[in-house]
Amino acid sequence: MNKIEVRNLKKSYVERRSKKRFLSQCEPQEDCKVLDGLDFSIPAGCFACFIGPSGCGKSTMFRIISGFEKPSSGTVLIEGKPVTGPSNRHVCVFQEDGLFPWLTARQNIAMGLTNAAEEARDEVEEYLELVGLSGFGDHYPHELSGGMRRRAEVARALITNPEILFMDEPFGALDFVTRLQMREEMVNVHQMFDMTILFITHDIDEALQLGDKVIMLSDRPATVAWDLDLDFPHPRDLTAGPLKDLRKEIYRKMGLHLAL
Amino acid sequence: MAVRRAGFFLIFSLLLLLWHSVTTFFDIPEYLFPRPDSVAGAMWEMVLGGQLYRNTIASLFRVTWGFYLAIVTAVPLGLFIGRQRYFRAFLNPLIQFLRPISPLAWIPMALMWFGIGDKPAIFLIFLSSFFPLVVFTISSVLNIKKTYLRVAQNFGLKGSRLYLRVILPAALPEIITALRITLGTAWLVIVAAEMIAVKSGLGYLIMDARNSLRMDKVVAGMVAIGLIGLVLDHVIRLLERMPSVEWSRMRR
Repeated sequence: MNKIEVRNLKKSYVERRSKKRFLSQCEPQEDCKVLDGLDFSIPAGCFACFIGPSGCGKSTMFRIISGFEKPSSGTVLIEGKPVTGPSNRHVCVFQEDGLFPWLTARQNIAMGLTNAAEEARDEVEEYLELVGLSGFGDHYPHELSGGMRRRAEVARALITNPEILFMDEPFGALDFVTRLQMREEMVNVHQMFDMTILFITHDIDEALQLGDKVIMLSDRPATVAWDLDLDFPHPRDLTAGPLKDLRKEIYRKMGLHLAL
Repeated sequence: MAVRRAGFFLIFSLLLLLWHSVTTFFDIPEYLFPRPDSVAGAMWEMVLGGQLYRNTIASLFRVTWGFYLAIVTAVPLGLFIGRQRYFRAFLNPLIQFLRPISPLAWIPMALMWFGIGDKPAIFLIFLSSFFPLVVFTISSVLNIKKTYLRVAQNFGLKGSRLYLRVILPAALPEIITALRITLGTAWLVIVAAEMIAVKSGLGYLIMDARNSLRMDKVVAGMVAIGLIGLVLDHVIRLLERMPSVEWSRMRR
């Protein structure tokens, strides 16, 4: 059964006149179309990656599916039921730093738990270890590196044992090597936990290495440009075989000819 | 730190030197501007006589009470209004109207309501701190990063848990800055309030000294007010070093 179904999802923003109109990409007095009828479905347990040119509406789609924003029209069904708002069964890791800076890493991760008792302490410790942060539990976010902050945030999401994990360009701000490490760990996380992952990225290689499914969005207003199922074992080598061709094809569809 | 301390001593030594040379060189009479040595003498006299200590305690007592009353009412109110759009639309005009009325304009009313003594002074301090604190707290709530609110919503935080675990700590660094500014104002207002309604406090000390034409005592009182203001500011700044608040200073 499909975990998430998106049917003819549309979103447009009404341009306010007072905003600096000359900077806007839309005609004045006209609705600014962001999503123009998205259709796709994601099976349970799927690692779905979304790619698309920057500014195409990926984050808007993310906020609608996770329940933080309402669509202009169309429906989002999770397990057959329409989304009415955010839920703690569907946890988000946002593009910006979402750790609470006034809490230590340990306290942040414990936020995801409802019971604050002693047993929870052990669980928090377990998750700190899982993301490789044991020994850093008492550090505040500003005392951790960017990569460590992301790990703590992933741990905080995982400890709630969510059915769906939403991630909006989670590793976009990290340096290259850290990003590759996080990529590897996401594969492990997905194998360890039984959950559906929606993963937005601007990194084509990241999507190809992680996704069971890669959905490519067009330029704004966004439509589904390509819905691609990837049934390859991990770890994946993108420099040879069918993945190499798929990668080329995605670059071509994005209008990039010099990249390879 | 060392640089700051050195700068502190340097500027005050220079000031003293300038003060001394100008007053002696132009032979300025004591009743216009007393010389530093006579001010130091007056200060010493007031320290020995216990006058300075007694009046400082009296002033601090009123400021502390008025300020605390303002904090425990204004901060929760500000946090609440900051979150409620409709309350904001409703109460903001009222607060903005009352805010520019100087606390000193309330002195006649305060005397009528509370009589003579500590109470009207405490009330004035309360007024001088309450409105700015409400306004600052509201704006600090409005400045909270949207991501934090989304995360809180995502984890299903509601009611008091939302306020205590997210809204208050997220707004706290800005609230502490507001406390610094407000306490400074309260310390300004107390001196003025004490010149009218009471028979103790540093404001009274200055007025009393003026009435007996002891300008050396007046200036000594002013120096004491400045020094205590410095100490108060320093105390509030210690709050900024709390580990759960430090993050706001760490941001680039």
